This record gives sequence, C-alpha cells and structure tokens, in this order.
Amino acid sequence: MDFLVFQYPMITIQACLDGLLLGILFALIAYGMALQWGVMNIINIAQGDLVILGGYIAYFMYLYGIHPAWGVIVSPIIMYFVGIAIYKLVINKVVDRDLFISILATFGISILFMQLMNFAFGADVVLANSGYGTTMLFDNNVVLPNSKIFSAFISIVFAICLVVYMKRSKLGRAIRATAQNARAAKILGVDTEKVYAATFGINAALCGVAGALISITFTIHPYMGLPYTIRSFMIVIVAGLGNLPGVAMSGMGLGIFEEFADYILGTEFRIGSVFLLLVLILVYRRFKLSRKREYLK
Amino acid sequence: MNKNSWILYIGILVFGLVAPFIFPAFKVQLSILCVLIVLATTWNIQGGEMGYNTFGNILFYGLGMYLCASVQVGMFFPLAEWTESGGEKTFVHTPSQFFQGMAAGLVVAAVVPTIVAGLIGYAILGLRGHYFAICTLGLGVAAGEISGGIEIIGAGQGFTTPPFPNIGGLEARGEFFYFLSFGALVLTFIAVRAIYTTRFRLILNAIRDNEDKAEAMGIETMKYKITGWMISAFFCGLAGGIMGGLVGYIDSTDVAFDGREMGVFMVLMAILGGKGTLWGPIIGATLFHFFKEGFWTFFLGWQYVALGVLIVVIVIYFPEGLMGWLREKYPERFGEVVDEADRKAQVELK
Repeated sequence: MDFLVFQYPMITIQACLDGLLLGILFALIAYGMALQWGVMNIINIAQGDLVILGGYIAYFMYLYGIHPAWGVIVSPIIMYFVGIAIYKLVINKVVDRDLFISILATFGISILFMQLMNFAFGADVVLANSGYGTTMLFDNNVVLPNSKIFSAFISIVFAICLVVYMKRSKLGRAIRATAQNARAAKILGVDTEKVYAATFGINAALCGVAGALISITFTIHPYMGLPYTIRSFMIVIVAGLGNLPGVAMSGMGLGIFEEFADYILGTEFRIGSVFLLLVLILVYRRFKLSRKREYLK
Repeated sequence: MNKNSWILYIGILVFGLVAPFIFPAFKVQLSILCVLIVLATTWNIQGGEMGYNTFGNILFYGLGMYLCASVQVGMFFPLAEWTESGGEKTFVHTPSQFFQGMAAGLVVAAVVPTIVAGLIGYAILGLRGHYFAICTLGLGVAAGEISGGIEIIGAGQGFTTPPFPNIGGLEARGEFFYFLSFGALVLTFIAVRAIYTTRFRLILNAIRDNEDKAEAMGIETMKYKITGWMISAFFCGLAGGIMGGLVGYIDSTDVAFDGREMGVFMVLMAILGGKGTLWGPIIGATLFHFFKEGFWTFFLGWQYVALGVLIVVIVIYFPEGLMGWLREKYPERFGEVVDEADRKAQVELK
C-alpha cells in the first residue's frame, strides 16, 4: 500500500494523464469488440491475442530496422487478412450457434495463438523503442512519453476514420444493416457472409493498430492477451453496444482506474484488480436490473 | 436399478480397488484421472444440467487446494515460516500429524468453497448466458492473480505441501493418494447419481431450457441455482485438496487457479463426453486423459497448440459429445420411444 498518491497532487495528475492516454487505446480495442459483437453476436476471447499479435508485427519491423510507427500502417493490413482467415476457418461455423460455443471456440483460438506466439517470438517481455523522447509538464513534475501522446492521437484518428467509413461507405451501410437485422438484410440483397468476414477483418485490423501502438508505448508478451479481452468486454458492457462516446468515456475511466490501482495496491495486483472490477460491474448491473425484474441480455 | 447396472457398478468398483495393484506404474495417473472425473462430473451439474456454463469452478478447486495445504501445515507449524523459506526442510510432519492434518484439511477444503459458493452465488448466478460465463472467467483469473500476491501462502514463489511421511516410500504415497481420490470419485458418483434421480435434476433442466418459464411455474430458481453451485463447489474443493497433496507443490496461476489448463479441461471433458448426462463426463474425462497422456509427450512443447486445436475441433464438430452422438444413433438404448417410419423420414431428410 502506498498512499503517496494522495499526498502529492502531481502523482495524481500523472496517473490521470497516463490513464487517459492508456484508456483511449483500450477504447479502440473495445470499439472493435463492440463492432463484431453487435454485428455477429459473438464474444471473441481471442481479441487480446490479436492485439498482441499486431504488437509483434510492429516489434519485428523495429527489429529489422524499420521505425515501429510504420507498424500502425502495416500491422492492420496483415491483421485484416489474419482476421479473415480466422473467420473462414472457425468463426463462420459458430456465428448462428449458442453463444457459449463461440466463447469456447475463441478461447481455443486464444490458447492456440498464445502458444504459437510463445514459440515464434519467445517468452520475453519486449517493446519497440520509438525514440520519441518525453514531454515534461508542471515544472518537470509530470513526465509524459511522447509515444503515449502519439498513440492516443493515432487511436483517435483511426476511430474517426472508422466511424466515417461506417457511416458513408457501402460496406459500412451493409454492416450496419446486418447488425440491425441479419435476415432482413439478406432478403434485401446484402451478402451477410461477406459482411461478417469483413467485420471480423476490420475488428482484427483495429486490434492490429492497437497492438502496434501498445508495442511502442508499453510492453508486449505472448500471455498478456486475456486482460485486453476482459478490458474491452468490460468497456462494452458499461457503454453498451453502438454507443461510441460511451466506449471512449468508459475506456478512459478504466485507464484511470488502472493507473490508480497500480499506485495504491501495487503493480502485482494491477491485472487482478481489472478482473475483479469486471466481476463487480457485472454484479452491480445485475442487482440494478433485478429491481425491475430484468437481467443482462 | 436393474441387475445389469448393479453388475456394472460392482465391476467398476472392484476394478477401481485393484487397479493400483495391477498397474503399479500408473498410480499417479489413475489418481489424476479420478480427480478429472470428479471435476468433469461437477462441472456437468452446472454447465450440462443447469445450462450455466461456468469457467469459474476453478476458483473452488484452487481454493480447496490452498486451504487443504494451509490447514495441514497451520495445524502444527507456523504457516508464514513454512512458506517463506522452504519450511518443509525444518519442520517435519510425523505420520499421525500428516494424516490428521490431511483429514482436517480436506474437510475445510470441501466446506469453505461451499460456503463461498453460497455467498457469491446470489450475486453471480443472477447473470445469465455469456455474461455469467465471462464473469466466472474473470473470477477465476482474479483469484489466481490475487493469490499470487499474498505472502502467507507463498505469493509468487509457490507453496510446497507437506511431504508424505517416511513410511513405505513412494509405493505407500501413491496408494494413499490413489485411494483418497478414488474415494472422492465414488462419493461424487453416488451423490450425483442420487441427485439425478430426484426432482432437483428436473428443476435444473427446467432452468436450462427456459428460466423465465420455470420462474413463471412457481419455481424459486435462484434457490436451486445456488444449491447446484454449492454442490459443485463442495466436490471441486475436495478434488482440489487431494490434487494439492498429490502434486506436492502449489503455484497460484500454474497449479491452483490454472484457468488455462484445468479450468478449460473440465469444460472440455464434459463436452467431449456429452453434457447433461451422468456417464458423459466420466467417459469424456477418461478419453481425454488417455489422449492427453498418450499424445502430450508426442507433442512435446506443442501441447497447448494441440489443446487449442482440440477445443476448436470438439466445439465446432462435436458439440453434443459422445453421448449425444450415441443418443442420436441408438435412441432406443436411452429409453426413447422411436417411431420407425418417422426416423426413416428424418434420415431421408438429412
């Protein structure tokens, strides 16, 4: 326990800013999850592992002497095809089935990816050094790495691009139609199979962007996937499907919560506190809804 | 119960009792098989009969493991010193202390998780479907992460359970743990079989098929859901306590709250055998264990890759499990009345 955080306001500001910038990244991953959850009604446990895989793509570019920031462009392109491949091999067989089947199947994919990444890239914690330096604020009391600001900026750019794309393009309209009513969309000539594949691909590409940014700003490790899945799940259930400002707000809230949990409880309880928060949020929603004799659907 | 099933049960019981003497080299494997069957069977109460697919039974398993070992040590020696610097070298359990500790530990390991399940059951079982699944997944991982930060039970460096007293060597140790786990298996089977003949199972099935309608029929579903979860927790805790002693070493995320291994195994075994049946999880666990032990060494290093592929394949192509497949093929054997003409028509339709 370390209560320094209450005695020095600078630490509070530091934690808030760190959490804010981190939360924007979480919101990007959660946006991908909300997209495919809304469209295909699938909860993808392998979401976090797609993020980590995207991170390793950027890390490899860094190893081969290319600046890792280019990973933001390359990683989503590769991840889009990875996503399509996963869809064709597994997901299209579980789309219309029981939700638990999809959870378990994606859990299997998650274990598979975890181990394959462990073989391919080793079990070390790695990061791609962007060499962006740091920004000092408030008389050098608050340290902000420029890479974090960069990653938050890129996340916002990608999120805006995606929102515009979903609103304006033909595919975006087809995706939204499928999300509203898949059968009606099919009748009206939308190739839902293609829409599903594209949705999963876009989701994977978003994970790729987020992963590349995480490899620049934080660290990546083959087994760190599951916490990202849980975080995005949490953000989505707090914000609700299709509520984009809500996703951004609750993402930032989660980021700030995590930074404070890190300062107050200690780093070893950071991941544990995220998972506990998920349980608490679900239980809170359950009691709130049960007053009206409803339940989470 | 007819004569044939009596012969079957007695045959299995006799086989179970003599198995460690016929296959002395596989005692540990057989003990693990017993524990796996207990876990799959109790998961089936939740996931198969009640329709509440949980990833969280690992919580009770790990809790039982830690509690059993802590009680066994704490009854006679200071727990903190034991875990801090490999206390098993300084403090030695006499045989009577070891067995007393084990007995008390197993009782605590079974009872406390049951109480925990009862306490958190009201909050968590109000969630449904995938929210329940993800919430229990979170619960299991959170328990692993948090127990990995608690000093008195060994934190990150692990907890060595008391070594078996020096009587009879490895043989006696293997036999002791085998009969312990076989006893747990028999207890679980008798209990589950007794439960499945009562109205309780019908209520659980009603909850699985349509909870709203079950409530509308006047069933207090919450009460039954909590009871079902408490029964699961009781046997999971017991299995965890035995497994802790058998493995001899407890680590928070790799042994106790091992959601990536044991937590998935129990789901997989029940689905492989066929959920919602008495024999399904037992057959599934046996098959899975044979497969695992047979091929794990063959895949050396690639186990988790094989596990991931196995999960995906079973879930996609075999979601009804072995019993479900048999049931579709030979419905008469399951006491279903079959209209030949209707069946033929269905086969043609396919």
